[in-house]
Amino acid sequence: MTAKKLAPAELEAVYDLLSEAIDAVPEAQRELFLAKLALVLANMVGSPGQVAAAVKAAAANLG
Amino acid sequence: MHQPETTPRQSIWYNYRVFPFRRPAELDGAAGMQPVVVVGAGPIGLVTALNLARFGVPSVVLEAEQQVSHGSRAIVLTRRSMEIIQQAGVAAPFLAKGLPWSDGRSFYRGQEVYRMVLPHDADDRFLPGLNLQQQYIEQYLVEAVQRSPLIELRWGSKVVAVQQHDEHATLRVDTPQGEYDLRAGWVVAADGGRSAMRRLLGLRMEGRAYAGNFVIADIRADIGLPTQRLCYFDPEWNPGNNVLVHRQPEGIWRLDFRLPEGETAEQALAPALLAERIDKILAMVGRPVPWELDWATVYSASTLTLGEFVHGRVCFTGDAAHLLPIFGVRGANTGLQDCENLAWKLAFVVRGLAPPALLASYSSERVAAAREICEEGGKSTRFMTPPSAGFRLMRDAVLSLSLEEPFVRDLLHWRTSRPHSYHHTPLNSFLDDDAQFGGGPACGATLQNVRLGGDDFLFDHFRSGFHLLAFAGATPSAEQAAMLRSLREQKAPLVRVLVAPQPTAEMAALADVVVADPGGRIAGRYAAPPGAAYLARPDLHVCARWLAPGAAQVNQALATACGRVA
Ligand SMILES: Cc1cc2nc3c(=O)[nH]c(=O)nc-3n(C[C@H](O)[C@H](O)[C@H](O)COP(=O)(O)OP(=O)(O)OC[C@H]3O[C@@H](n4cnc5c(N)ncnc54)[C@H](O)[C@@H]3O)c2cc1C
Repeated sequence: MTAKKLAPAELEAVYDLLSEAIDAVPEAQRELFLAKLALVLANMVGSPGQVAAAVKAAAANLG
Repeated sequence: MHQPETTPRQSIWYNYRVFPFRRPAELDGAAGMQPVVVVGAGPIGLVTALNLARFGVPSVVLEAEQQVSHGSRAIVLTRRSMEIIQQAGVAAPFLAKGLPWSDGRSFYRGQEVYRMVLPHDADDRFLPGLNLQQQYIEQYLVEAVQRSPLIELRWGSKVVAVQQHDEHATLRVDTPQGEYDLRAGWVVAADGGRSAMRRLLGLRMEGRAYAGNFVIADIRADIGLPTQRLCYFDPEWNPGNNVLVHRQPEGIWRLDFRLPEGETAEQALAPALLAERIDKILAMVGRPVPWELDWATVYSASTLTLGEFVHGRVCFTGDAAHLLPIFGVRGANTGLQDCENLAWKLAFVVRGLAPPALLASYSSERVAAAREICEEGGKSTRFMTPPSAGFRLMRDAVLSLSLEEPFVRDLLHWRTSRPHSYHHTPLNSFLDDDAQFGGGPACGATLQNVRLGGDDFLFDHFRSGFHLLAFAGATPSAEQAAMLRSLREQKAPLVRVLVAPQPTAEMAALADVVVADPGGRIAGRYAAPPGAAYLARPDLHVCARWLAPGAAQVNQALATACGRVA
């Protein structure tokens, strides 16, 4: 489990921002968009260990 | 009966010469023992023979064909390769014909997203890259081989069987006039990527081959760009597949691109399609000029190596020992480092200066290097030709970000072939002062060249054998003089190089070579106070260094580096 860092209002804002950003990208480019987003966020986080933890969290319970 | 091609290969710029097959004495019943037989007269077999000769060991080179390389193939020699070629005594024609370069530019969507200037030290004689077609590389080496009284190059002679014995191997050689047996104390298998020797001994390589085919096309065209590595990512005309452009001598340009998924080599080489793509590449480069095709072929990338390079009496080297991706110009450049490592060891073993066990270090040092290259080359290959959907998506993400986000651009680095360090080899002395030096090449690394002035460099003064670089002050100390004097007579060939601010007549009597270092530049690069010394192996890798050695320490390090238990 990853630590909670965003305040509830911040999390809501990020939730809306991401939803609208995904909607704004044509379907064929969504994968690319999300991959770029992941790389940019990884660079901001600056820690390969935290990126690995994020990958693990995101990969859980997909089905 | 072996029937090599005897009409000259076609080329619009290179005049192929067909070398004659000469009937060897073995076909008429002679049955001597050759100390060394080299199988294959590619760049690596030829340099091996030249280096063996440098150490006084004769060899017979067997080559199946009667002409040099079909096509330009390996076109980039690295600085380290040129240093190896210089030590072999044949650099002049390479420098006269080759095109030196040091930087590369990568483009995406018409924008330059990455520029890399390869490091170049003012103390280096050679630039990072020298572009020269493999036909010329082989021709210059063949010319040097023909001048050597110690090398017999047999054209049209194909090895078809091998038998290992305790103290030698027997090769079965097929020729235009029939077959014969050739006995060899040692065999160097330099017979290339499709090595017959590897197959005949039943050896398998480890690693992986990558899916995805690339076209290489050499054209003559008046493109008028400088010598650089040009890379175009994901061009509009060939989505997802990159294009590389390299300039070669004789107005020839190498175009290299990946085929779209599912296309076969035959389809890609069909003249109409190939011509259409060449036009598109020239338009992309901004030079839509007329062109003429010289040679085109299809290849794929592998990162494969034998796990052991010495098998009984057979030593594998070059592409026969490993198949590496050409991204980062690995093929011939890695092979040259292999054979530079092998030649002196084999020569010492043949001359009884070292036990056969020394060859185990050739295998361990170069297998480690090959594995490192497979690892690194694999990274470049996965970027240039993503093997799966995930790698492709991330590659596309990186390219897209590269336009605005510099942080991803390091991923576009193409990881050029570089000299390997043998830090962990048992040939290094473990009783020296390696850790006490504040700089300079450490044990295992190659010596650093130093510019002495104008066109005069430290390596120019080297000879064949181990080199002891001893650093003196205004006058050598009594201990240093005694050490140098007592090292005069050596079992192993040792060149005593004395580096001094102001050489004197006394110094000339103490050393084989005296190098003036008035400004202390060499001493500085080697972080060497007066009295210090470096011992370098004949392949110029440091195997010991001390602050103030005596002859006994140097002798012990020499014994260790020759695989003799001291
Ligand atoms: C199509 C192609 C394109 C390439 N492009 C590049 C490139 O762009 N950049 C790069 O760095 N590298 C490239 N390479 C790789 C490069 O050519 C090799 O790494 C390099 O030539 C290796 O040298 P070698 O001496 O080990 O082997 P080779 O040059 O292959 O020489 C082996 C020799 O052994 C001979 N031989 C084979 N079998 C026998 C036998 N049974 N008996 C006697 N002789 C035999 C062959 O005729 C040949 O002359 C390319 C290779 C190919 C095939």
